[in-house]
Amino acid sequence: MITDAAGLGRARATAFVLPALVLIAVFLVFPALWTIYLGLTDYRLTGLQAANPQVVGLDNYTSALGDPRFLSSLWLTVAYVGGSAVIGQAGLGFALAWVLRTRRGTVRRLVEGVVLLSWILPSTVVGFLWFALLDRDGGTLNALLGTPGFAWLLDHPLLSIIVFNTWRGTAFSMMLYSAALENVPPSHLETARLAGANVFQQLRDVVFPLIRRHVLTNLLLISLWTFNDFTPFVLTGGGPEGRSEILPIYVYNIALRGGELGLGAAVSFLILLINLVFALAYLRLLRGRRRQEATAAAGGPPA
Amino acid sequence: MRPVLIGAALLLALAACGTGQPSSPGSVTLTIAANSISGGKNSESADWIRTWVIPEFERSHQNVKVLFQPSGVEDEQYKTKLSLDLKSKTGADVIDVDGIWVGEFAQAGYIKPLAEVGGPTVDGWEGWSQIPQAVQGLGIFDGKKYGLPQGTDGRVLFYNRTLFKKAGLPEPWQPASWQEIIDAGTKLKAAGVPVPIQINAGTAMGEATTMQGALPLLTGAGSEIYTTGKWTGASQAMKDVLGFYQQIYSKGLGDPKLQQEAKGRDKSFAQFAEGKIAILAESDYFWRSVIEPKAGVAPMAERDAVVGYAKIPAKQPGGGIRGQDFVSMSGGAVRVLNPFSKNPKLAWELLAFMHSAAATKSQLAGQVRISARDDVNAEVLTADPMLKYIAEEVLPITAYRPPLGVYPQVSVALQEATAAVVSGASPEEAAVAYQTKLERLVGGAANIAG
Amino acid sequence: MIRHTVGRLVSTVFVAVVLALFALPMLWLAAAPFDASPTITTSVPEFTLANFAAILDNPYALGSIGNSLIQGGGAAVLVVVLAALAAYALSRVSVPGRDVLLYLLLLLSSVVTGTAAMVPIFELATRLNLIDTHLGVILVVSGGLLPAAIFILKDFMDETPTSYEESARVFGASPLQILRHITVPLVRPGLATIGVWALASVWGGFLFQFILLRDPEKSPGSVILYTLYTEGGAPKLDLISTFSLLYSLPVVAMYLFVSQRYGFRFHGGIKR
Repeated sequence: MITDAAGLGRARATAFVLPALVLIAVFLVFPALWTIYLGLTDYRLTGLQAANPQVVGLDNYTSALGDPRFLSSLWLTVAYVGGSAVIGQAGLGFALAWVLRTRRGTVRRLVEGVVLLSWILPSTVVGFLWFALLDRDGGTLNALLGTPGFAWLLDHPLLSIIVFNTWRGTAFSMMLYSAALENVPPSHLETARLAGANVFQQLRDVVFPLIRRHVLTNLLLISLWTFNDFTPFVLTGGGPEGRSEILPIYVYNIALRGGELGLGAAVSFLILLINLVFALAYLRLLRGRRRQEATAAAGGPPA
Repeated sequence: MRPVLIGAALLLALAACGTGQPSSPGSVTLTIAANSISGGKNSESADWIRTWVIPEFERSHQNVKVLFQPSGVEDEQYKTKLSLDLKSKTGADVIDVDGIWVGEFAQAGYIKPLAEVGGPTVDGWEGWSQIPQAVQGLGIFDGKKYGLPQGTDGRVLFYNRTLFKKAGLPEPWQPASWQEIIDAGTKLKAAGVPVPIQINAGTAMGEATTMQGALPLLTGAGSEIYTTGKWTGASQAMKDVLGFYQQIYSKGLGDPKLQQEAKGRDKSFAQFAEGKIAILAESDYFWRSVIEPKAGVAPMAERDAVVGYAKIPAKQPGGGIRGQDFVSMSGGAVRVLNPFSKNPKLAWELLAFMHSAAATKSQLAGQVRISARDDVNAEVLTADPMLKYIAEEVLPITAYRPPLGVYPQVSVALQEATAAVVSGASPEEAAVAYQTKLERLVGGAANIAG
Repeated sequence: MIRHTVGRLVSTVFVAVVLALFALPMLWLAAAPFDASPTITTSVPEFTLANFAAILDNPYALGSIGNSLIQGGGAAVLVVVLAALAAYALSRVSVPGRDVLLYLLLLLSSVVTGTAAMVPIFELATRLNLIDTHLGVILVVSGGLLPAAIFILKDFMDETPTSYEESARVFGASPLQILRHITVPLVRPGLATIGVWALASVWGGFLFQFILLRDPEKSPGSVILYTLYTEGGAPKLDLISTFSLLYSLPVVAMYLFVSQRYGFRFHGGIKR
């Protein structure tokens, strides 16, 4: 949309953007750049290095990249994002949006209500809820499954937090895809169905091309959020033995618990870079398809 | 644009209430910060400051207004907030800190020796003669006094007499060596006790692993974690400690899973109260706040009849530090002066007042615990035989942690070593990994003994 | 036809399973506050209202929920207003590189919301005299939320048709009038959703609120919740469960109100 339909003009547009931009510049860009600078020092919260921090160049980066705990944390995080955001939230969110699209009334409101509730409950509260669900001795899940003493959080910590975060964040994807599916004309689906396409083919050939941009937005945002998600800390504390220590928890442990703020800042910047890699991968994947599509279909305006 | 107007009005209103500073000319304001809060964590201490310290001090100092800044959160978070305040040269005038932070705060320039801040009256304070040298050590760094200790604690083995009777064990029980603990555990297990022994291990329990497990055992094996400028590495004593963990957790005498759980320590409390754990190493905090019959977290109505306590034995008689038969570890909070205080002399008066005999007695009215002052202890502790036992039997043999900035990370390394053993590594492997990590933390093998 | 029936059946089972799985964890919140001796186990409570009396005795509990409303509400209003203005302008006027810029800001927001940024944030707030003020909390958290809010809202704005705006312009409406009378009504459910999202994000936040505030009279519920532990770090479950319930209610109420009044969906209802 670059037509400037409202006759905004550059000057007014700038005035509209300015308040947000000022706030972002002061409270986001400035502290973020400062944090990135701290990543180049040996700054600590207390002790001698707190009084006289020294610039140590890339030492923090080399020591993080050489730390097996960082590397295992990195892979855990990738699995966590892939499992809970990409497969869990986006997958389940889309499935819900797809199934609920044809339903109205109580069932739809109920399902949406419960899914949204798990999204808006405060994170500390949510930690206790899941603790009560998964606990080894008195957990509700063990009582229901008849598996007393099964230690979900200890034996399957990563799986536990993946399921947890799927529960926590599916609402966003569900809402986004619900809105996106409203853009898909039912007549197109009907045509495909009459032509004998099964659900999967309908999704691939009719729905997906129309909502591709929403998929991109969704994946970008939920991956970023999941990469920075600290909530599992309430559930597992990163344990046992670091087996659920995803990167935000790793940063918390070294920066706040260990007081190594310089190292923590460096790892934060590494998280940013990894996010960037993910974003570029999504863009490439979804843009690339669009170009193929455009050459194949030659026409049909993208949504 | 209604929302814009509301937003603007809201921001203005908020900006207005942010600038209101209550200060009348001629009066002085002092602030006390503590990690306690009414209705929450350590509420007795917060209530004491609000309802006793402030009115009493203000009565004798007419122009002084005293404010209280409560926190009541996890220690690391409180420490972070203090560090940020002191780093930007602000913060409360009298500050409550854990004794173990004194060194790193002093190194960072966040605090200064009391005499430097409070002036010459500091050294002449009447209370010094009442505080035992070892307890004063909680506030001392590099030979200088930075803080006034509030009190201390001691670690013992708590045991369930009912379960001991069931297993045919003698009681009162006082093991003389580690082997006797293992033997008792074996008998308890044979008698059907689900978890005979709970010695904290692993990283999830945090400092509780170090203070209740690794360090008392290490002193029992004859070695301190830091002594004469060197840290203890993968020495024989360290391997003995890890070997003891292995004996407990590989033979089913302890519950390995409990050491991994995020809320494992809370659960160990609950299980002890339910009679599922027979022997548990803890500080007197366990007695006065956890299984306390009325207000405890895991109350035991029959605590006084059912729960016994014994000193932690050295590996073998005479094998502990200083050739002791029994060992313990102690810690405690101190109060320091903010070196950036605008009224440092008055702040010292407030601090000294908070540590006077009258104030200390008043603080203990809410909950009996071991204060720093001998005169007060002699009077108050008669009310609780367990705390009297700690004061008389345990404090003389106890040891303290080194107040150095790197200690918290060494502590984590110790926790990781115990975690490795509990989940199946051999003591040798765990000790080697610990040594490697220690070298990175303390700047090379030159700073490590053993 | 059979395929259709089977499909319907499968989807009904799916919906039922999802409903059960999502509701299951919430049982504890419904039971524990009313239990005389709550544990981490969800059980039929030994019914009591004593826990509510106990939490009302806490001098900060109720006030902290009010503080959460001020901080969360302030941040939500600020984020929605600023993000809507910015998103509208960015959507209607082409600025070279705006998508890249927006995404970069989004990435930086991930640094600032992490633990490692606490020192810069604290020093910034100290220098701007924002320590121990509601405003400080609002500005800091808003800074972290704005990029995502603009990112999402710009997407919605891109989707609303511009034909109405063009006609309004022909009739002489100013850009602000067009935004207010035409675009905002179209994206209102989206704005409401962003508002609730912002509120919910601030509602659970702990670290920045904790380091920026000094007076517990100004602390939000998330900070007070963390004080309901003992000296040794054991949770007082009676107080925590009860407070959790009370402290969750305003967000839920806000959501119900907003979804009744504005609808709770992403972007407007106009089909293209």
